[in-house]
Amino acid sequence: MKNGKEITYREAVRRALQEALLEDERVFLMGEDVGRYGGSYACSHGLLKEFGEERVRDTPLSESGFVGAGIGAALGGMLPIVEVMTVNFSLLALDQIVNSAATLRHMSGGQFSVPLVVRMATGGGRQLAAQHSHSLENWYAHIPGIKVFTPATVTDARYMLAEAIKDPDPVFIFEHAMLYPTKGKIKENGNGFNVERAEICREGSDISLITFGGSLSKALEAAESLSSEGIEAEVIDLRILRPLDTETIINSITKTHRAVIVDEGWKTGSFAGEISAQIMEKAFDELDYPVQRVCSYEVPIPYAEHLEKLALPQANEIIDAVKEMF
Amino acid sequence: MNKTKAIKAKKTRISSEQKIELLRQMLLIRRFEEKCVELYSAGKIRGFLHLYIGEEAVAVGIMPLLKAEDRIVATYREHGHALARGISSGAIMAEMFGKSNGCSKGRGGSMHLFDAEKRFYGGNAIVGGGMPLAVGLALADKMQRNPFVTVCFFGEGAVAEGEFHESMNLAALWKLPVLFICENNLYAMGTALSRSHSQTDITKKAESYGMKSEAIDGMNVMEVRDAAERAIEFVREKSEPFLLEAHTYRFRAHSMYDPELYRSKDEVEDWKDRGPIESFQSELLEKNEISESEIAQMEEKIKAEIEEAVAFAEAGELEPLSDLLKDVYTPLDV
Repeated sequence: MKNGKEITYREAVRRALQEALLEDERVFLMGEDVGRYGGSYACSHGLLKEFGEERVRDTPLSESGFVGAGIGAALGGMLPIVEVMTVNFSLLALDQIVNSAATLRHMSGGQFSVPLVVRMATGGGRQLAAQHSHSLENWYAHIPGIKVFTPATVTDARYMLAEAIKDPDPVFIFEHAMLYPTKGKIKENGNGFNVERAEICREGSDISLITFGGSLSKALEAAESLSSEGIEAEVIDLRILRPLDTETIINSITKTHRAVIVDEGWKTGSFAGEISAQIMEKAFDELDYPVQRVCSYEVPIPYAEHLEKLALPQANEIIDAVKEMF
Repeated sequence: MNKTKAIKAKKTRISSEQKIELLRQMLLIRRFEEKCVELYSAGKIRGFLHLYIGEEAVAVGIMPLLKAEDRIVATYREHGHALARGISSGAIMAEMFGKSNGCSKGRGGSMHLFDAEKRFYGGNAIVGGGMPLAVGLALADKMQRNPFVTVCFFGEGAVAEGEFHESMNLAALWKLPVLFICENNLYAMGTALSRSHSQTDITKKAESYGMKSEAIDGMNVMEVRDAAERAIEFVREKSEPFLLEAHTYRFRAHSMYDPELYRSKDEVEDWKDRGPIESFQSELLEKNEISESEIAQMEEKIKAEIEEAVAFAEAGELEPLSDLLKDVYTPLDV
């Protein structure tokens, strides 16, 4: 892979959508304000004009209705991309997601697949308070029958969508809302692009920082700071929460013998808890120190800036957690 | 009983043979389910078992009018719909036995009968949950310019669900070819319609979405057929949704665990007097379109078919334990 030029995460998502619509006429985009408004995070800006109202469909505020309609359209031969504004709103569609999208292939004895893609914004950090700021990727990763992608980089924002569309089963893509305006250099989509493996974003020998989505940049920031103090952290971006690439995690632990997991979900019942359990099951003897977790505090995300900042995982907490272990 | 003269009445021509076939299908469903009860008591069928007995005229009045490419979304009370659509009684019985020769390979059971070839998109056991799927199937057909109709069955209990209203709005807004069939059997499990809905006329709910609708006697197979024929033609020609509300009644308990404390025996008996099979059979006999001996022969053939279905289910293999994780995801080499 060679490095391309710098673009925003938002633009990467927009280009991915545009490419998907161009490449296959079965693809269409559906969701609240994806058309005339241009997407609540402006990810579909200009697509209505380019592809027309049939393929860029503004929906009523009916999350269960239009996510379910996406499942039905997928059964009927289309390749829908459904946008749900935020993970909190996706709760209104949980029946369709858990009871239909995830189960239809199984309940039908393998007769029907659901090639559906659902995208949504997730995460806190913009003072949007307790109904627009949560990280519930873990709830989705709990469900067999669906796949969960968490693009943390512009490259994944640009190229994961095409892989999700190719997938014959429902894929849920979680885009951390803080990432949309961030810029990065895109790695061109060569043969190396995959949606099977976690990525080692920074190599290190002393500790593994395991994370995904909006927390990746915080883990990288912590790793740089720790490096100046002589601790070399390996940073792993999980990229895909289900199915999980456990092998990359275990290989890293085998090298570093220590792990801190950074996850914006609440600590109780978090995805970090799942990773920790997998390490315990598969690499207990490799550990020089108990696995540690840096997660959100057990509180609905507050509005006030100073409290929100405290509630969410931050680089300094990761640094503190790591130093405790040496 | 037509409450809304939504579309022009059209006189249907139907031969005696076709009428006899309608009777046969209703009888097959009735006898099949009576056998299911027996097998449930014998422990051969487990889980939930929701019987369609009393409501046969609805599925049988509609299903033969559909084309092979039309699509069906049903509920958890769907044995009748599956049989009327032509899924074999053996494959349905085997499904209830949890065998791998079942129509869902034993993964679904009574509430989740599926058949891709018959375009039967399942028994859905979440009340109202099938409705958005039907909307999506019709959307796919509309976008692909397919002249197909999606028929979506649901009970009056589903009408209180948000998914009903979201689906009605989407289907009407986008002018999608869905025929919604509300099988109004008056009880959502044990809760009467009048105790759970502020507006008990379901056609009015369709009207509020700008959707055409008609209420019919769901105990009368010919009335169902006539109305369904008009409705299907409307949906196919106009590519617009339509709602049929069929007034019907469940003669048996909600499921096998229901002591029926919520309705009187007299009420049940009154509805049984209007039984769809009993009344249609009498009508055909009166008009000399069928004889007692022909009915007896029909019963014999149905009995033989059901025995064969049970034998097919008994002979079916259980899926090997090593297959447990199959069909959660689509194999990528396919």
